Amino acid sequence: MWEYTDKVQEHFMHPRNVGELEDANGVGEVGSLACGDALKLMIKVDENNIITDAKFKTFGCASAIASSSALTEMIKGMPLDEAEKITNEDIAEALGGLPKEKMHCSVMGREALEAAIADYRGVVLPMAQGEVVCECFGVTDLEIIRAIKESDLRSVEEITNFTKAGGGCGKCEDRLREILQQTVEGIAAEPKKPEKEQRMTTLQKIKKIEQVLEREIRPTLRKDGGDIELVDVDGDFVTVSLRGACSGCQSSRTTLKEYVEKKLREQVADSLIVEEDR
Amino acid sequence: MDCNSDKVIYMDNNATTRIAPEVVDAMMPFLTDCYGNPSSMHTFGGQVGKAIKEARARIADLLGAEPEEIVFTSCGTESDSTAILSALQTWPEKRHVVTTRVEHPAVKNLCENLAQLTGHKHRLTRLKVERDGTLNLDEYRDALSEDTAIVSVMWANNETGVIFPVEEMAAMARERGILFHTDAVQAVGKIPINMRENDIDFLSLSGHKLHAPKGVGVLYIRKGTPFVPFMNGGHQEKGRRGGTENVASIIGLGRACTLAGEKMEEENTRVRALRDRLEQGLLSSIPKSMLNGHPDKRLPNTTNISFEFVEGEAILLHMNEYNICASSGSACTSGSLEPSHVLRAMGVPFTAAHGSIRFSLSIYNTEEEVDFVLDKMPGIIAGLREMSPFWNPDQ
Repeated sequence: MWEYTDKVQEHFMHPRNVGELEDANGVGEVGSLACGDALKLMIKVDENNIITDAKFKTFGCASAIASSSALTEMIKGMPLDEAEKITNEDIAEALGGLPKEKMHCSVMGREALEAAIADYRGVVLPMAQGEVVCECFGVTDLEIIRAIKESDLRSVEEITNFTKAGGGCGKCEDRLREILQQTVEGIAAEPKKPEKEQRMTTLQKIKKIEQVLEREIRPTLRKDGGDIELVDVDGDFVTVSLRGACSGCQSSRTTLKEYVEKKLREQVADSLIVEEDR
Repeated sequence: MDCNSDKVIYMDNNATTRIAPEVVDAMMPFLTDCYGNPSSMHTFGGQVGKAIKEARARIADLLGAEPEEIVFTSCGTESDSTAILSALQTWPEKRHVVTTRVEHPAVKNLCENLAQLTGHKHRLTRLKVERDGTLNLDEYRDALSEDTAIVSVMWANNETGVIFPVEEMAAMARERGILFHTDAVQAVGKIPINMRENDIDFLSLSGHKLHAPKGVGVLYIRKGTPFVPFMNGGHQEKGRRGGTENVASIIGLGRACTLAGEKMEEENTRVRALRDRLEQGLLSSIPKSMLNGHPDKRLPNTTNISFEFVEGEAILLHMNEYNICASSGSACTSGSLEPSHVLRAMGVPFTAAHGSIRFSLSIYNTEEEVDFVLDKMPGIIAGLREMSPFWNPDQ
């Protein structure tokens, strides 16, 4: 069960401003049935550029409904240029916080607000013009970069929590990592040191090693007609067995130390020692 | 801590069940006075060993098995892992495993991560299911090969209650010399099982799904089946599973199995009737609602219904206000961003998968409870639909 704040519970059980706004002059629709949540935000802006009324319709879980409700309360009576500055963090804060896995609900609120304002002004949102990175949930690189900057995201998991990108088939994970790295490097203006490695259990280590083998090392070896299999992991000692053209080949030791060990040290833990099982 | 269980309408019995009062009574002496170690030489411990022997016989009785075919474990997941990894160690040269797309994570995630556990790459066949959640036996027949080490197919699905023809499938595997495992945690106690009349080699069951406590499970291992233990250690369970016995829970499970045998008739008549009343009532009073899963080839206690254009977590939280407990296959409740793998495998459209609710009943449910739920659900769904941008009352 999710741990929702009292404010989330209250907004969910008694949402404000639900329904259609007949004389709306700005409408923002985000999300879809397939994605599991969707929000239609309708605003009425007067001649002084003040949002005089707002209503919503939401399909989604408790935090999606609560985020929509809180958002309409926030923007009613607000000048347009002020409403434009509302971030997803503001929405989450108005609810006393959201579980981290549910932050995308507040992002959806902010996106709907932007879409409604853009609709009122008759302009096209730049976010939708980016390159779609996550095909499952239709998330663009521009949206991802923005979330990384605004909410100071530092891992792919956080990107998924905030934008849903990567939460479906997971095929875009490498691309997300790339965008994250580039964006973070851009912010820091200097390359960020690789995340300090944490102590891993042997099982985690095996999993990571298998991933690196599968993703990077095997494809390279296979090009030369070789292959590699993980035999054992004991502390820092990784025993592998070289197959095909690699087994017994003169340069196998070089391959092991200069390539396999180097890759594994870079990506798993820099204390690893790779040995061949004979 | 007071959990107010008497105020709750509990229709989430495929998640876990209430411990039967008779089971608690049977367990109490072993949580208090009778604390001896069943392996000890003295009478004080030895009498506990006798009680375990009796529990083992009770469980064997429910399954139509021999007592020595019953091995106690800590849970269904341990039983599943033990059976599958044992088969792979028995035949390390066989690198093919057959399972389904709708297994419980205990089997699904294990099978998808065998490489990490065994150090070998295995070919994995995940059998598809039809729109009504049933299996296609032709695909199964074609999947079996010389290289197949084990087949693992659940007896009944936890989300839809759909029952698979595991006995027929086990016979087909036996002909080819392939071991067959079934995760029967949802089936045991709800439908009759007789291991003397089938070819299933391994069967997993879990105590807390049949009114015994959490933390005890069983792996049935057919006599003569090659076996490699998962947990090595002491001589307990004839060396097949080391570790001092979870005595009280084992005694409880024994009692629960006898009770389940006695209540089998009621489960398949009164509980089934309650389930049908609930199901038909919901489907007829709530527009755009539909049943997920085959209507007949199904456990008597389970119904999985989709309410289109609304989201499952929101439904559950409204039900929670009325103290009604159930589950959902929606993305928001699964802890991931996608709806249940079972409903997706069945091809349930997204419009419906996100709004699926599973009700799973037990012998402790009453007609009044069913009527209360029938009274509250239409209002909950209508309220959420009014809020949904996809809902058009005229469609």
